[in-house]
Amino acid sequence: MGTKRQFRIWRGDADGGDLQDYTVEVNEGEVVLDVIHRLQATDAPDLACRWNCKAGKCGSCSMEINGMPKLGCMTRMSTFEENETITVTPLRTFPIIRDLVTDVSFNYEKARETPAFAPPPDLAPGDYRMQQVDVERSQEFRKCIECFLCQNVCHVIRDHDENKQAFSGPRYFIRAAELDMHPLDTRTDRKDYAQTEQGLGFCNITKCCTEVCPEHIKITDNGIIPMKERVVDRRYDPLVWLGSKIFRRGQVPQTSVTSGHSPGAVRSSAAGGGVHSHAGGSHDAQAEVQAQQGVNWHREVPHPTAPAVDASGKLPLTELTFDRAAAPSPFGDDVTFPLPPEHLNFAHPDQDKPNH
Amino acid sequence: MTTTTTRIERHHYDVVVIGAGGAGLRAAIEARLAGKKTAIISKSLFGKAHTVMAEGGAAAAMGNVNSRDSWQVHFRDTMRGGKFLNNFRMAELHAKESPQRIWELETYGALFDRTKDGKISQRNFGGHEYPRLAHVGDRTGLELIRTLQQKIVSLQQEDKREHGSYDARIKVFSETTITELLLDGDRIAGAFGYYRESGEFVLFEAPAVVLATGGVGRSYKVTSNSWEYTGDGHALALRAGATLINMEFLQFHPTGMVWPPSVKGILVTESVRGDGGILKNSEGKRFMFDYVPDVFRKQYAETPEEADRWYDDPDNNRRPPELLPRDEVARAINSEVKAGRGTPAGGVYLDIASRLPADEIRRRLPSMHHQFKGLADVDITKEPMEVGPTCHYVMGGVEVDPDSGAAYGSVRGLFAAGEVSGGMHGSNRLGGNSLSDLLVFGKRAGGHAATYVDQLTGRPRVAVTAVETAVETALAPLQRDTGENPYTLQQDLQAVMGDLVGIIRREAELEDALARLAELRERVAKVSAAGGRRYNPGWHLALDLRNMLVVSECTAKAALERRESRGGHTREDFPTMDPQWRRVNLVCSLVGDAVRLERKPLPKMRSELIGLFDRAELAKYLTDEELTEFDALVAADAAAAATDADAEKENR
Repeated sequence: MGTKRQFRIWRGDADGGDLQDYTVEVNEGEVVLDVIHRLQATDAPDLACRWNCKAGKCGSCSMEINGMPKLGCMTRMSTFEENETITVTPLRTFPIIRDLVTDVSFNYEKARETPAFAPPPDLAPGDYRMQQVDVERSQEFRKCIECFLCQNVCHVIRDHDENKQAFSGPRYFIRAAELDMHPLDTRTDRKDYAQTEQGLGFCNITKCCTEVCPEHIKITDNGIIPMKERVVDRRYDPLVWLGSKIFRRGQVPQTSVTSGHSPGAVRSSAAGGGVHSHAGGSHDAQAEVQAQQGVNWHREVPHPTAPAVDASGKLPLTELTFDRAAAPSPFGDDVTFPLPPEHLNFAHPDQDKPNH
Repeated sequence: MTTTTTRIERHHYDVVVIGAGGAGLRAAIEARLAGKKTAIISKSLFGKAHTVMAEGGAAAAMGNVNSRDSWQVHFRDTMRGGKFLNNFRMAELHAKESPQRIWELETYGALFDRTKDGKISQRNFGGHEYPRLAHVGDRTGLELIRTLQQKIVSLQQEDKREHGSYDARIKVFSETTITELLLDGDRIAGAFGYYRESGEFVLFEAPAVVLATGGVGRSYKVTSNSWEYTGDGHALALRAGATLINMEFLQFHPTGMVWPPSVKGILVTESVRGDGGILKNSEGKRFMFDYVPDVFRKQYAETPEEADRWYDDPDNNRRPPELLPRDEVARAINSEVKAGRGTPAGGVYLDIASRLPADEIRRRLPSMHHQFKGLADVDITKEPMEVGPTCHYVMGGVEVDPDSGAAYGSVRGLFAAGEVSGGMHGSNRLGGNSLSDLLVFGKRAGGHAATYVDQLTGRPRVAVTAVETAVETALAPLQRDTGENPYTLQQDLQAVMGDLVGIIRREAELEDALARLAELRERVAKVSAAGGRRYNPGWHLALDLRNMLVVSECTAKAALERRESRGGHTREDFPTMDPQWRRVNLVCSLVGDAVRLERKPLPKMRSELIGLFDRAELAKYLTDEELTEFDALVAADAAAAATDADAEKENR
């Protein structure tokens, strides 16, 4: 009753391996994990693959199916074309043990480093009172089944083993966020911890983690971004406080991280949020696209912005009160040099002829 | 000779907990809090245990939603659900202690759903008189395991501060399987196993072992259980000289998915029915009203109108029959399908779409919505689900001392908690009682294991020969290349159990099953696994098979012996409950490698506990002899009360 389908499955261990071809029978209503199980029962009894509940609840059977990080048990065969070859590979971010099984101990190490829930010292068991609306924020993150797909897809560590030391990854950012939002957690340093110990600053909000989350947790929007915002709030709070002491009410200088906008500037970070940029430089997605098409004389270039000066015409910042040595960069603190060439509004007249 | 060629990693612990589900983690926390060096052995990764599958909630008489609830009512419901075959002392401890165990979880960081006044919300569930299940949407098991997992991490952080290492006093050995318990005389001396990842062997020397390995569902084809449920703990206990009770009682959850075929068996939570879902046959009839047994007639509604009023006004209406205990609902569905009124895929319809607004369904049953959308492409807010019975839970397990969780039989230093232990649930478990069971008896087993270690005068020693034998047994399937494929053997075993020892049982079929299991035993003894030792699932299954087999033999033998129908054991040839059989537990032990079955009288309920029941209700379960005793007890109580009253009068 089934049809024959083509599979390519990565077989091997830490010393190397390659994709092997299999032809397997597939029946109506089956998922990729069923096919793996059929292979184990027939052609490949020693094919290594983790699984457990087979209902998308335990997060064991994480794998990359046609390059997409997914749960094998929740990927229905009917989502592929009849004649499509399905390629199954292990999670790329973690060291291989064998076949589809990887060493995910990185995640458990990071879990151990995250400070645990700190209960209120004087509250007896049974006396905890919380409102549903307050617990729901943390409950969203507690839906996490620890499949580590978000960790696998995160480009900060996906091909950068060297970052693993300093970066905990999305799973543990939402753990920190969950505890931060817990109505009765008594620690107040969750945000600082995320910034200084977990490497929250490495995240540049490409939302890949949210995209692959099988529990549809809004990791970026509800977890990482609020944590980042609060981190920013806290980092700049003392300055606001100091400013309010120095300046008269109503004259408190602008202290947001990005320099002030002028009306004509193209700012589309919200509208163009779908474009992934891993290259650094400008966060203006539309401008990036334009830049990549060659010289565009009509490109709307952000106007230079005036420094946010106070009533006396001076910058309110001194090195004493600012959070880093020396003055802020006139290009914005988030721009690093040299700029990536593809972001320059320039094409060599002979070499980079724009295609029309 | 093998020890010279095989590297074996050795560890020394005070308490080794086998199994990292709810019971195991709770036991480990307790042992560590008692100051014992504790190891947790997990067949999967840490935090993946089968407990995550529990959906509905944890039953505890906190009385947050209905203040009339109390431990006495919970105790009564549990005994009733188990058809009075429960170990009364376990049911009593469970009912009394589960509220504390749930509240304790909040101090570990758990976030249950709340009532309006900020307490833990509680929901209705089959067999529970009042709303009693603490829950988090329909992912309560995940919350429980994550909370316990994070509590263990927090203890490790304490140890790191104090001793400089996370693993100083509690260590998790993930993806590690124990194949043998090692004894020194009649005392536990250690546990032997292998790392799944590398295939390397590991020996734990420890005077106390807590079994928390869960159930046996993988012996059935249609099951809600994961691959881990191969009855390891049951088999380890038997081989170490402990006994199993009530092995004939398997719970078939009434509502498993029946379509698509690949997910057949995966659970559809009872909360669907608790929140208003109803069962219909292919003719569109709400059939459960036809299946209310006499013993439950008084508590259940007779008309759909009354049943529907109950959801909003439970004090003045009786419950809908969809919320009967699981065994009743499973049998009813089975009968409807057999009578030709089933769905195309061989189940019945479970309809919530016509009962609640779509938004409400998504809010109350998020993971069910997700599960059906993802696995069956069915939107449960628009269409009914197709459901049928699936093997879900084994009531039977290691016979234990109710207070300490220490295994009976000839072995000392062995404890059991959770699904692997027997007695607590009698012949049928109520939904929601397993999560609280894990916590209550997990804590007890861990604590008593620690006490046992304290009172030991000398450490038991592991015998070198026992380790050599264990190594040989473990390597045997890899060294043979003439035997059968383990997957074939597992399928054959599942076929025998599913077809011949399923929901409805017959004498001839059970005899046939025993004959086939004997054949399988020979074949399993010669199984061979291809490949090497590194993460080789074929080899792992080959080693699990012998556990599945011996446990299946216990089930088949006990099912053949018990000539009545009760809870999770239905005999077509003996369709009624027999009060004489209520007084008997069937106890399995191992003699050589053969299963021996013995009858053992049930412990007698204490008078203040039996006094909690109506005579009319007891009459349905007890023998005439027991009823006479009960009447005498009631009369004596009345006389004593009268004397007290008289005495009081005179004092005035």
